[in-house]
Amino acid sequence: MALPKPDFEILEHTADAGIVAHGATLAEAFAHTAEGMYALMVDPDGVRELEARETVASGQDLPHLLANWLLELLFLTETEGLVFHRFDVDIDDTAMQLRATAHGEPIDRDRHALGGDIKGVTRHLLEVEREDGGYRIRVLFDM
Amino acid sequence: MPQAQTKHWRDMLQRVDAYRWELPADYKPGMRVPARIYADEALLDIAGEEQAIEQAANVATLPGIVWRSLAMPDIHWGYGFPIGGVAAMSTDDGVVSPGGVGFDINCGTRLLTTNLGEDDVRPVLKQLVDQLFRGVPAGLGGRGDLSISSAEMDDVMRRGSAWMIDRGFGWPEDVEATESGGCLAGAAPDEVSTRARQRGHVQLGTLGAGNHFLEVQVLDAVYDRAAASRFGLSEPGQVLVFFHCGSRGFGHQVCQDYLDVMEEASIRYGIELPDKQLACAPIRSPEGQRYLGAMAAAANFAWANRQYIAYWVRRSFEHVFHRTAQEMGMHLVYDVAHNIAKIERHRVGDEDVELCVHRKGATRAFPAGHPDVPERYRDIGQPVLIPGDMGRYSFLAIGQPLAMQETWGSTCHGAGRIRSRHEAKRVLKGIDIQRRLADMGIVVRCHNRSALAEEASEAYKDVANVVEVLERAGISRNVAKMRPMGVIKG
Repeated sequence: MALPKPDFEILEHTADAGIVAHGATLAEAFAHTAEGMYALMVDPDGVRELEARETVASGQDLPHLLANWLLELLFLTETEGLVFHRFDVDIDDTAMQLRATAHGEPIDRDRHALGGDIKGVTRHLLEVEREDGGYRIRVLFDM
Repeated sequence: MPQAQTKHWRDMLQRVDAYRWELPADYKPGMRVPARIYADEALLDIAGEEQAIEQAANVATLPGIVWRSLAMPDIHWGYGFPIGGVAAMSTDDGVVSPGGVGFDINCGTRLLTTNLGEDDVRPVLKQLVDQLFRGVPAGLGGRGDLSISSAEMDDVMRRGSAWMIDRGFGWPEDVEATESGGCLAGAAPDEVSTRARQRGHVQLGTLGAGNHFLEVQVLDAVYDRAAASRFGLSEPGQVLVFFHCGSRGFGHQVCQDYLDVMEEASIRYGIELPDKQLACAPIRSPEGQRYLGAMAAAANFAWANRQYIAYWVRRSFEHVFHRTAQEMGMHLVYDVAHNIAKIERHRVGDEDVELCVHRKGATRAFPAGHPDVPERYRDIGQPVLIPGDMGRYSFLAIGQPLAMQETWGSTCHGAGRIRSRHEAKRVLKGIDIQRRLADMGIVVRCHNRSALAEEASEAYKDVANVVEVLERAGISRNVAKMRPMGVIKG
């Protein structure tokens, strides 16, 4: 029996960093990608669930849907100063629409172990693919 | 996406001389001009480890590209365009591409002088660095303290540095010492999304994270006394302030918004692309014009941002030294962009033509005599600011006449990474970077502890090698070298 795949791994890139995420379902793979993205920004163990935000996204295909959703989350981080660590994701892959709840709290520079600041989601290397036992996502961020 | 190819660029690369290499236009289908790389053999090997050279070849396929797709010695793997690339397109039949500017529109650098010596600053260095760290918000969650209305944001987009100076955040002379006077004409706030404005509102006056920094530096070596003196640099030991940042979330959003617009436009105009992130539109098309208007707005936002940070730098020095910034001679040497597309006139053969010059991780380096060089520097040339890494040094250079003939008046923009963030952390595991820098006399403050390893000298090429190639190639010439004594990172 093969070892279970990790929820996400860090994808190395000279100038930036990305995430390779896995999930049994598309929704799970999307959630793990977002968890990975925030793990690059802050130690997820230190993030409490004090606030939740409803997010929606759409896109012409799955990679666009993913990128648009991640950008939605980054927008909340930048404008409201929130970091998240858990996501309930619901995807309608026929209509290419997503609805998700993001759980987290305001950034606390004294308490949180901060990492990098992700500024954008690039289309370079972006993939949402089926794999054995579910889905695999690869995404590179601009840092 | 990379196309199926049988040829490897290494087998096709031609040596022009010790510092110039070319990939001929028949290297891959669709190339309209050759790709030229400025490098010595060692830097070429580093650039060749990843896809940067392939990316320079991809840029050569873009419609309207003139002369060469150019790569500076600090070239590295970007998205679509390589970082460290220059490409000029004819405004008649060429394209403009947001990827050729980058996410951080008008990311750039700024250098200020002081008349203080290292001995004046050393005793209060920690206090000064702490004061700067408080005054200039940086890192994840760092918010600006400027509260401006939506109408004022439109003015920032239209006027750039001048908007800040009118409000007392700077000196009128600062504008003369800023590329394009700190304001790109043709800014179109109406072409900027609400989302970009919202991101800009909370981040105006912030440094950011990653490779952005603010350093208190010491003049370490002067190579050209006459030029250095004109720029306000005198003897080794003089204290300077050097910082690097751009248009923050505002520019990123503009880039993101127009990547979508350009992806559709590329299809509509039948432009075949070897990589989606080269998405572009004809310069004269509505999409091209809208992007240039939004990009100019973001560029002006970046100049306003750096102007406001310079204001805080002066205030922080005033607070610590109890003297005015004027008394401390805190003049702006120059502010220069390294992620931008500009409409410029250049000589092509015997003709004077209008081009859209994309500088993505490349710095404008106009030589002496160019009308766009500030009057006070015109007989010397435009100052070029080239940051290294926080453990070594940075350079001040000037453009050479040959740059106008070969690189559209452009040179490198920095050292360029050689190790990914994680690789840098692995290599430096167990090493206390803050302590190591302290032992070298460098005080560092950073919100993100792991950034110290990610941004350590081991993560970067030696910028001295990069500037040396361009000096030997006759593109730019070193005037002075500065070393850090205080470092602020996001």
